[in-house]
Amino acid sequence: MSYLDYNVTAAPTGFRKALYLNWPLVLLLSAVACIGFLMLYSVAGGDADIWAKPQIYRFAVGMAAMFALAFVPMWFWRGVSTISYVICLLLLIAVELIGDIGMGAQRWIEFGPFRLQPSELMKIALVLVLAAYYDWLPIKRVSRPLWVLTPVAMILLPTALVLKQPDLGTSIMLMAGGGIVMFAAGVSLWYFGAVIAAVVALVVAVLESRGTEWQLLKDYQFRRIDTFIDPSVDPLGAGYNITQAQIALGSGGWSGRGFMQGTQSRLNFLPEKHTDFIFTVLAEEFGFVGAISLLVLYALIIGFCLYSALTNRDRFGALLTIGISGTFFVYFAINMGMVMGLLPVVGSPLPLVSYGGTAMMILLMGFGMVQSAHVHRLR
Amino acid sequence: MKKSQREAQDGSRRVGRRGLLLGGIQLGVVTTLALRLRSMQLEHAEEYRLLADGNSIKIRLLPPARGLIHDRNGLVIAGNEQNYRVSLTREEAGGDVAPVLRHLSTLVPISDERMAELLEEFSKRSAITPIILADRLTWEQFGSIAVNAPALRGVTPESGLSRVYPRAGDLAHVMGYVGPVSDYDLSKIEDPDPVLMLPEFQLGKVGVEAKLEPVLRGKAGARRVEVNSAGREMRELSRQEGEQGATVQLTIDAQLQNYAAQRLGEESAAAVVMDTQTGDLLSICSSPSFDPNKFVRGISTTDYRALTEHDHRPLADKTVQGVYPPGSTFKMVTLLAGLESGVINGGSRFYCPGHTEVGGRRFHCWRRGGHGSMDALQSLQQSCDVYYYELAQRVGIDRIADMARRLGLGVRHDLPMSAVAEGIAPDRAWKRARYDQDWLIGDSLNASIGQGFVLASPLQLAVMTARIASGLDIKPRLVRSVDGVPEPIPAAQSLGLDDAILNQARAGMDAVMNSTRGTARRARILPDEWRMAGKTGTSQVRNITAAERARGVISNDQLPWNRRDHGLFVCYAPYQAPRYAVSVVVEHGGGGSTAAAPIARDIMLFALAGGLPPLDAVPSDQRGAMEARHSAMQLYTPDPPKPGRTRA
Repeated sequence: MSYLDYNVTAAPTGFRKALYLNWPLVLLLSAVACIGFLMLYSVAGGDADIWAKPQIYRFAVGMAAMFALAFVPMWFWRGVSTISYVICLLLLIAVELIGDIGMGAQRWIEFGPFRLQPSELMKIALVLVLAAYYDWLPIKRVSRPLWVLTPVAMILLPTALVLKQPDLGTSIMLMAGGGIVMFAAGVSLWYFGAVIAAVVALVVAVLESRGTEWQLLKDYQFRRIDTFIDPSVDPLGAGYNITQAQIALGSGGWSGRGFMQGTQSRLNFLPEKHTDFIFTVLAEEFGFVGAISLLVLYALIIGFCLYSALTNRDRFGALLTIGISGTFFVYFAINMGMVMGLLPVVGSPLPLVSYGGTAMMILLMGFGMVQSAHVHRLR
Repeated sequence: MKKSQREAQDGSRRVGRRGLLLGGIQLGVVTTLALRLRSMQLEHAEEYRLLADGNSIKIRLLPPARGLIHDRNGLVIAGNEQNYRVSLTREEAGGDVAPVLRHLSTLVPISDERMAELLEEFSKRSAITPIILADRLTWEQFGSIAVNAPALRGVTPESGLSRVYPRAGDLAHVMGYVGPVSDYDLSKIEDPDPVLMLPEFQLGKVGVEAKLEPVLRGKAGARRVEVNSAGREMRELSRQEGEQGATVQLTIDAQLQNYAAQRLGEESAAAVVMDTQTGDLLSICSSPSFDPNKFVRGISTTDYRALTEHDHRPLADKTVQGVYPPGSTFKMVTLLAGLESGVINGGSRFYCPGHTEVGGRRFHCWRRGGHGSMDALQSLQQSCDVYYYELAQRVGIDRIADMARRLGLGVRHDLPMSAVAEGIAPDRAWKRARYDQDWLIGDSLNASIGQGFVLASPLQLAVMTARIASGLDIKPRLVRSVDGVPEPIPAAQSLGLDDAILNQARAGMDAVMNSTRGTARRARILPDEWRMAGKTGTSQVRNITAAERARGVISNDQLPWNRRDHGLFVCYAPYQAPRYAVSVVVEHGGGGSTAAAPIARDIMLFALAGGLPPLDAVPSDQRGAMEARHSAMQLYTPDPPKPGRTRA
């Protein structure tokens, strides 16, 4: 119906594919990762061995994976979308049953020496399966209730499992990623309006449930909400992180305090400075210039992905591209919004910059598929 | 056709419109983030910068070096020494201090008792407060801790200055000592200097150290340091050294003080040496003494109990705090009151039959057989009590008390020492106020010979002697200079007593020492240029009952120590041109002539000679004993005076 019917000849083959890669995207991703290395070197107090070097190795492996995935034909990804979703779902259930306790939340599953975070894999698998679903679904059925409820169920099932771990950040990411694919696929805006109304109602319900028998969130989650609303309630307790993060960020000023000169980060006032709060280090040491540069790089990545999607006549490839880049967008938007005090604190790293192997690998694999869609796009 | 249909279908399958809409939304979010960044980093940067600096920059006080105390010749009598110690911060030890302490106890001795105290302190104090684990380490111990630093997490070896008293016990009562600041100390101070909060800071507790605390303390310096979120210092940004406290020079002569302390020995006694012209106190010695260094280091319970339970009361300063009935040393006061009032003149005589009857009570003279007819000079020479009983009845207590106050008794002298006693120069008003009773004539008789209500400190007796010798109202003085600036010597006013009158008392005191019948003839000084005048005193600690008297008064030797009489002696020399006045009180030492006079004479000789008393200054039969005493003494050899302000 789609790919094989048209322009088979137009698609590059073999190593010629390399010429058709989205090279600007590769450069942008590398630039962002380099900023990450620099910041990890800085927060380690000038010691590359602690975080920067492992991060560079992982990035190298991730880039290799990206290229490898980019060369895989598009139809393969469509073919494995359903099965990968099912496998990820089973892994999430397995984590629920046998997963190790890490950081107070069940997130990992051990495969010999390899530590797997199925919730991370699910971010890509969900986008894959939804893109395949809307590629398969005739356009006229897209907004029919039954055909809307099916993908909603596909989103909510893993979300619920992740939320139970509990990992609020990832579950938001899953919902946002799935929602973006549905939005791009053309699901009626009424549904989105209804969902927003429902979310507002839910938020009210959650807040009202506090302290009652049917309390919907854990106490620490409620505290995070309190902290978000007014960080000064508990400046040395739960609000400490966000207060210190904002001080670091704001004190950067126009051009920052200089590389490795940030007092907030260097003197340990910043929590989690190598992971969730790494943006504040950048903002403190390189100021507005540094922070806005990173934001522009991120925006350009989204822009190139969006352009690729808009010019892609293959529906699966376009939706996949939008889904992956949308997930990436939600990633950095939540993280930045969080450290700037626009959003509540949810555990969410800054993509490609924060220290963390799995997240980076998964993201680069996702971009590998984006590249694949780009290389194999219908022209 | 098919193609265009496909194109149309294809177009609706594309994500164009929704994609652009999504891009718009994302652009909006990115713009929001950028605006927020702009607001925080460009518009409010200054506020956040202030908060960041407030977070990370702290002011740490540097304790100032305490001012030194010199003696009148520039010898350091209170200095500062380098003190090596180790402190531990719980936060830096990773929360659990017990293993670190155990490891440390293998390097430096920490008693189980101390260990328990430390653990309790750690549990009470904040995790970032450094607590001193061990103090006054030797250089070897300090080094071994530095070498083992990796295994001793959170242990910081540090050095600071600590007070040291090189003359140990000699000056303990004068200078007092310093110690760590207690909550009680803080509660007494309004608006305390922040430097007092430093754990290693030492505050003057008693004596000169306490009284001159504001001068000696100096000014704290400060360091601006960058700290991390746990309060641990990362680096020093700037440093402003404190100002050392002023060097205080006392009027004390440390060598004389040393000799006096040795001469008093194990007696429970006090000696004061005063310059009769300036009032400078050259020695104020209370015996037995204690080592103030022990208090600085934190005295052990055992040592402290030994001091408090000692029946000779080493902690009490007998020179200014101790008050005693002055006994016969008070007779000059009564005599001068009589002479000045015109009731008697030098030639007036009273007959001493050994006692006198007043108001149905019999008052005895110390010589039971009586002295016979006595004039003023003889009354002092032989210390006849009845002469003064007769005199007191004629002069009246108020004039005697007035004379006592003019001579410095019953008056608090202003010295930078702790608890300077006022003593008592009793009169009618005093007894009315104190006991709400009428003054009785018997009270006058007792007071006339320095018994009864009369109480004076050795310091006051020295002042009295100096005033008799000089005819001026000499005031005692302890501080010679502060920071090199000499303290002004208060101009002494005349006592308002005619020399003719004073000479009567002076001649009497001379006769005590240098006439054949003088009570203290044995303690005389032979060279005429050092000729000494003095007066003995023996003050009863108990009342002698009629029954006892009937049996015959038991001699002091047969009494338990604490019921024996106090021996007193006051003197000045040289007789023709007085320079020094000395008073000595030996608690329960027996008679003044035997217990106190030889000591006073030796101390006076040391002051006059500026060194060990020459043997040929004393009667030949005492030279052997004096030589034996000197060889048994452990005297400091004076170090050459240190120039300038050194941190000894």
